[in-house]
Amino acid sequence: MSVIKRLNRRQFLSLTGRTGGALVLASAMPMAITVNANAAGAVENEQTGSTDLGVFVSIDEDGEVEIVCHRMEMGQGILTSTPQIIAEELCADWNKVTAVLGEANTAYGDQNTGGSASIRHHFEHTRRMGAVARDMLEQAAAQQWGVAKSDVKAENHVVMNRNNGKKIGFAELATAAATLPVPDADTVSLKSMEDFSIVGKDVQLQGLENIVRAKAVYAQDIQLPDMLIASIERPPVVGGKVKSFDASEAKKVTGVIDVLPLKDRGFPVVVNPKSGIAVVATNTWAALEGRKKLKIEWDDGEHQSHDSQAYKADLVSKVNTKAKTVRAVGDVYQHEFNPERTLEATYTVPYHHHMSMETPAATAHVQKDRTVVWSGTQAPQWGKRLVLAELGLDEEKDQDKVEFNTTLMGGAFGRKSKNDFTLEAVELSQMTGKPVKVVWSREDDVKHGFYHSVAANYMKAELTDDNRSDYWIQRVACPPIGWIFDDKAKVQSDNLLSLGFGDVPFTAKNMAFETQEVSTHVRTGWVRSVGNINNHFALGSFVDELADKAGIPTRVMWMNLFGEDRLFNPREEGFEGYSHYGQTVDNENQGYILDIARFKAVLNRVVEEANAEEALPDGQAWGISVAYSFNSYAAAATKVEVKDNTVTPLEMHTAIDCGLVITPDRVKSQMEGAMIMGLSMTLESEITVKDGKIVQNNFYDYPVSRIDKVPPMFVHIVNSSEAPGGVGEPGLPPILPSITNAIYHASGVRVRDLPVNKTLKV
Amino acid sequence: MVKLTINDEVVSLDADPNMPLLYAIRDIAQLTGTKFGCGLGLCGACTVHLDGQPIRSCVTTLAAAQGKTITTIEGLENDGELHPVQAAWIDHKVPQCGYCQSGQMMSAAALIAKNPSPSDEQIETAMQGNICRCGTYPRIRKAIKQAAKMSVASTPVSAQSATTSSIITELGNKREVSS
Repeated sequence: MSVIKRLNRRQFLSLTGRTGGALVLASAMPMAITVNANAAGAVENEQTGSTDLGVFVSIDEDGEVEIVCHRMEMGQGILTSTPQIIAEELCADWNKVTAVLGEANTAYGDQNTGGSASIRHHFEHTRRMGAVARDMLEQAAAQQWGVAKSDVKAENHVVMNRNNGKKIGFAELATAAATLPVPDADTVSLKSMEDFSIVGKDVQLQGLENIVRAKAVYAQDIQLPDMLIASIERPPVVGGKVKSFDASEAKKVTGVIDVLPLKDRGFPVVVNPKSGIAVVATNTWAALEGRKKLKIEWDDGEHQSHDSQAYKADLVSKVNTKAKTVRAVGDVYQHEFNPERTLEATYTVPYHHHMSMETPAATAHVQKDRTVVWSGTQAPQWGKRLVLAELGLDEEKDQDKVEFNTTLMGGAFGRKSKNDFTLEAVELSQMTGKPVKVVWSREDDVKHGFYHSVAANYMKAELTDDNRSDYWIQRVACPPIGWIFDDKAKVQSDNLLSLGFGDVPFTAKNMAFETQEVSTHVRTGWVRSVGNINNHFALGSFVDELADKAGIPTRVMWMNLFGEDRLFNPREEGFEGYSHYGQTVDNENQGYILDIARFKAVLNRVVEEANAEEALPDGQAWGISVAYSFNSYAAAATKVEVKDNTVTPLEMHTAIDCGLVITPDRVKSQMEGAMIMGLSMTLESEITVKDGKIVQNNFYDYPVSRIDKVPPMFVHIVNSSEAPGGVGEPGLPPILPSITNAIYHASGVRVRDLPVNKTLKV
Repeated sequence: MVKLTINDEVVSLDADPNMPLLYAIRDIAQLTGTKFGCGLGLCGACTVHLDGQPIRSCVTTLAAAQGKTITTIEGLENDGELHPVQAAWIDHKVPQCGYCQSGQMMSAAALIAKNPSPSDEQIETAMQGNICRCGTYPRIRKAIKQAAKMSVASTPVSAQSATTSSIITELGNKREVSS
């Protein structure tokens, strides 16, 4: 199913903007994968481009290997991991491999980087790309020596003659290899995983030295001759419009070139700019100063009465009522619950914001025949399609009229899959005729995000005599992210409901999973791990509460609820619409079915490594939880102290089973990052809305964890040869309940409404 | 025109003296290694050295830097030789997205210049003004300790690499177990 093509230099140049070496290959990705990728957990209602080539490899006459990484880098390390897979099968010397970011091009297949999908959706064909190149180099060497291909073997950037030990370097073979027919990608041999010497090893990271030496280029860093910088005052309420404005004072600020109203966009909001008034200036400071002098009267529109506190109360009341069935096993409603053995609880989370360190930024230069864009986006192809549409160009025919360059992202966490900021730059460049860089202030970022929504989760279960459950009800009330695409949407899609909700792998004989109709009043979006945030906060807390009621360790409660080891496919157990995070599940892909043994192993591992069942002094306790997301299993143990109503985290552990590991150090760093983001989300971060307007402004009122709040943390990676799972997101879901469970065991205070700082000091 | 020294070079910047130094450095001097993060001195992404002291350039005016010496991340290395903080950052693979790291490294470099063997508490105090949303703090702590040892050992410069590798080995032996 993988097809590898050879390109000549001219084709390579036109597709990648790069000159390339002697042997240049491109992989064509099977369409099915792309379609499924977009049906995947984190990405719903995504539009795909046409699918053609996936990854580009070029080997030049000096033996230097250049790999164009089509997936976007936001800190997760994909710029290293994808090339590592190719270098492994190519038998290349890692020191001769350079990775570069690909620009937006439909030729790359699915570039839209989200859903922790870059490895788990692309591993197989990425391997084959390296293997085909290696095969061609081996053929070239065999021809040169006049021996059979089976007599030669590539290793560490040379091909060796098995008969006499002679070697020829890749450098000398690249030109000859480029003249050979490209073998069928499905028939080339792949290395045995036991022979891997690059995959699974901590190689030098691509781009690391550039970052440390300040040579890395982020979206904010683009500088062009004659470029203007824009700062935009946007409507404070979603869907709001400018009623009138006075720019006379703003225009007097030295350096301000013009003040320009952006066009109104209406509903659905999609990922469109929010409209507003732009101040364009010769430097950032002038744009910001000019903006302070604007006088704008807003028409706040239909969402001006939105109040997040009242909204949360409404969701809580909704979630306590029977509603639309997502998944049903048996018939729980025939049962009369025994109040003595039954527990009911409702859990809530607030709006959350990504708060990437780099605020959104993009630069555009719209010219008569050609537009050039630079953007720090997770979704360059989607962005390019939107730019083409914005300019009234044809998505297919006019591809070459827009050059969409990508930059590193200074954090993204889901926010930068939305190209509203890119379109702002295009709109302003079109109006001014100049290159325009749009830079968001921190306040812009906080107030005009795509938030993880307020959500309420209701849980009810009755314990059996042997401390399992056969009667289980759970409901979620949370608006659908799909609202941004269709403002009539009121119910979460099956994709969203697959994220830690309908996939609960318990063996209760009667279970009901339900969701409610909910209206939406702010832009919502994909925040790291998406629905798993609220769903696993509820589940992980509730299992801990059940354990407490039963008087058994939380780990044992999980084991009781899991039951016997088995493979669990939610599609076969009452949830037909389960998305499997975009994985097809067939005989080849059994590894992507939830595996109860792996769930248990990862939980046991974290408890053992952390010694999380040890006796601790009064006021200290461990809390644990476990979650499956993005085809990976993660368990967390957190130790806290609660003294004088103040919570202090003391130690944190994560055990992760993400199947085969490509870059162990980046798995570790993602787990560290997830623990720290989890601390912020649990303890102190909260977006609230009053009169339709986001209340928070900056780090002083949307606090995130600082170094002095972060305890020692440890990561335990399960050694596995299972199919690779996601890494960027799966670390987060178990963290939240591990913290609140620890708080409960340390203090007796059960926090069901996040963040914790509304109940205790942090 | 405001005259100041940036990374050993005397420059005259044609900008409003009230302009925050950050924008003068990025937009006028076109040194983009120093980053914008919050505009209020809350996150540390814009940290540079003013006469050797770490300051938040987003809340320091250009006028306040007149006649002073500024070091930005671009000036941290010495003739292509990495500063011990940069070398330690590479050894510990500190960055994830990397955006906040120039500010982190500038704060760290100022710390160890003043205090060549900082305690955990002193590291936390010195670094708590620098936010990293990716969550690189555990590695920042370790890298600062390594950099501090390296900088103590860094005279003469020619002996530095040998000393560095022995320190790395030593740290490696002590590294917390985190398979």
